[in-house]
Amino acid sequence: MTRKRRRLYVLLACAIGLGSATALVLTAFSDNLVFFVSPSDLATKAAPGRTLRLGGLVEQGSVQRTQAGASFRVTDGAKSVAVTYAGILPDLFREGQGVVTLGTLNADGTFKASEVLAKHDETYMPKEVAEALKKSGQWKPDGGTK
Amino acid sequence: MSSSPTRSLHRFANPGQFLRLSGAILPYLSVAALVTMAAGLGWGLFVSPADYQQGDAVRIMYVHVPSAWLASAGYTGLAVCSVMSLIWRHPLADLAAAEISPVGAGFTALCLATGSLWGKPMWGAWWVWDARLTSVLVLFFLYIGHIALVRAFDDPTRGYRAGAILALVGVVNLPIIKFSVEWWNTLHQPASITLTGAPAMAPAILWPLLVSAIGYTLVFAAIVVARTRAAVMERRIRALLMARAASEGGA
Repeated sequence: MTRKRRRLYVLLACAIGLGSATALVLTAFSDNLVFFVSPSDLATKAAPGRTLRLGGLVEQGSVQRTQAGASFRVTDGAKSVAVTYAGILPDLFREGQGVVTLGTLNADGTFKASEVLAKHDETYMPKEVAEALKKSGQWKPDGGTK
Repeated sequence: MSSSPTRSLHRFANPGQFLRLSGAILPYLSVAALVTMAAGLGWGLFVSPADYQQGDAVRIMYVHVPSAWLASAGYTGLAVCSVMSLIWRHPLADLAAAEISPVGAGFTALCLATGSLWGKPMWGAWWVWDARLTSVLVLFFLYIGHIALVRAFDDPTRGYRAGAILALVGVVNLPIIKFSVEWWNTLHQPASITLTGAPAMAPAILWPLLVSAIGYTLVFAAIVVARTRAAVMERRIRALLMARAASEGGA
């Protein structure tokens, strides 16, 4: 075995070791690596008074703007949670679009948010294309044309 | 290992051969890089349509996405050089690795800065600690660490060796960056352009982005080639000076 070949094998062995170690660590910590929890997971993840992020889509027709801010429902298709928020909503906040809120779960099952971030999807298109798709009935609300 | 394909590959990576070949290519590469980047950015920033949701803010993408791509691609190049350095002890790979990392760090910084400028108006936050943003920040620190480590030894060879090991350990971060948006919930959206499946992007937005990405890639390549040429020449000058000092000292 030449020295070059030996160095190659040592490097491969290190790569396999490091790769599997990282994979195990990431799997073990995957609960902590998520940025937000979905409404379905909220019940199991939230303890009273614990601050966490709730993410999902803003339910169609649920947004009510109040003097102090807004109230709306966040849904993941299976479950939805009522959210109250006092503050300025981001420009991209729309019904049917993604949102991530930071706050605490109240005893009555509503979520009190102290921060609202808009999450947008990976679809990009000109306004005219979006309108044409809506007109022709090919529009799918979450994810554009996909 | 010293079979004929590897040997012929090494012939091209010979420093003298590299200087001749790169000297012939570099002027054309530089012009092509500047023209393509200007065309892509001009098309993207001034001609392409605004997005139906994000409006004109989507134009940050024509800078953000190509620099993000080069942050990862540049690191892949650094890793390839590091493998060649550790296994075949190739001097040109050492020099190229040391010259790639500052350029890669620059593009990663550009990616982070433009991402932040895009995040504030769209998401409502300059920065969040989600998996994608954090892993790209780690990539930036890996580049910075490599820059510092390579230059931290009196004996350059030890610096190249240590830098190569650091660079290869950091490779584990590349799949994390790529798949972070699929493995975990993140604020950052998933990829719009994938190898499988149609891009989730209208052609009027996709094409200027692709031209920009090619332009940025050529710019990155041109800068790295020019820097590596300078490094090879610097090393030759140093060797000449040392030889002269040795002969004068001996006389």
